[in-house]
Amino acid sequence: MAHDTVHHESNISRIWKVFFILSLVTIVEVIFGIWKPDFMMATFISMKLLNWFFIILTLYKAYLITWAFMHMEGETKGLRRAVVWTAIFLICYLMFILLTEGDYIYEVFKSGHKSWDF
Amino acid sequence: METTVTNTGTEGKTWGGGNQPLKVSYGKMMMWFFILSDALTFSGFLAAYGFSRFKFIDSWPIADEVFNHFPFLHGVDAPMYYVALMTFILIFSSVTMVLAVDAGHHMKQKKVILYMFLTIIGGAIFVGSQAWEWKNFIKGEYGAVETKGGQILQFVDAEGHRVALHDIAIMDDHKERVQHESKKGIWYDSEGTLPTYTVEEVRAGFSKRSDLLIRTQILTDKGEKTILSREESLRKLNTDAVGIVEGANLVHNEYGTPLFANFFFFITGFHGFHVLSGVVINIIIFFNVIIGTYERRKSYEMVEKVGLYWHFVDLVWVFVFTFFYLV
Repeated sequence: MAHDTVHHESNISRIWKVFFILSLVTIVEVIFGIWKPDFMMATFISMKLLNWFFIILTLYKAYLITWAFMHMEGETKGLRRAVVWTAIFLICYLMFILLTEGDYIYEVFKSGHKSWDF
Repeated sequence: METTVTNTGTEGKTWGGGNQPLKVSYGKMMMWFFILSDALTFSGFLAAYGFSRFKFIDSWPIADEVFNHFPFLHGVDAPMYYVALMTFILIFSSVTMVLAVDAGHHMKQKKVILYMFLTIIGGAIFVGSQAWEWKNFIKGEYGAVETKGGQILQFVDAEGHRVALHDIAIMDDHKERVQHESKKGIWYDSEGTLPTYTVEEVRAGFSKRSDLLIRTQILTDKGEKTILSREESLRKLNTDAVGIVEGANLVHNEYGTPLFANFFFFITGFHGFHVLSGVVINIIIFFNVIIGTYERRKSYEMVEKVGLYWHFVDLVWVFVFTFFYLV
């Protein structure tokens, strides 16, 4: 759109900076994935600390991609919330329901109430 | 110009549709909402994966042991390096895409062409890499034995290293069982390819080599697979084993529960399909840039829109990478 092209200053240095951070985070993830340090094997809210660490880094990467690469930071508050909040709330809800249910079924099998026969 | 920017004659008025409260064009806004709905689809798949994983939390396959191949490094245990490389390729193609969008804002046609080209190459390499990953997964490496209950038994030596079926089985040259094809009998009746070995051949080989042990699907407290004692192994193999599994498909999976293979095929397949369609869309836009469509339109917004889609594909991969390979 015409009025869009007028006021875009170049952001090339920021793009490379974000690329650098994304690469760094990925490298850290791979290192921890192979190393698997003992102190991160403790369980915290029914998951290993290491897994929480991975998930937080992933969310950070997702934030960087959406905000910097997809220019979400430049959109209006209305569009940003319509897209981001909808996704976050629905996904959190879905995750909560399904993971709780999966854990429940695991317990049912484990206690021998039903056996794994398929 | 008029194809992307439509004037309704009501610009500046509150009612009538000429107003843009979100300050983006119709096309870009709809791309965002398409991405939102697609993100919910993917989250549905990944949540279902999480459900099954929590359901079999103590017997799920260990990703490091499943995906440990690297091109030209045969037999080398290289967990996650290949998928990390794929992640880099995709992130890098995201960078070239955002550079193309940036060049588009400054109406630099030559630069947009270059960066779009690099993006397409990156996407193609990624799809190819995924095909290679699938090939390894389907082919399998060691093979395993399946029990009556559908559990997988794998073989290890005294040091805990995996042993492949072809190192164990003693081939019986007189076996009479051949694959039943529809041309040999009733036309509607046929069966799949027979495994290379029979359970009897594996049993015979296993009982000869006293250093071999069986590894079950069950995870120990340390997160490793349980290794049975020699007596237990023999008992399990002789009483429970009913079939041979080589590689993975939707029904049998030598790495563990078939659900793992199902989700792997479905989620990475659906993502790969997105990458493929992203490459195709990028190629279309690439040629439009070359023939100067957006120069005449005086706006490279189409590049921005396909860029949004391309970044989304990258975004999904970041999650797939975490939940399939790391967690």
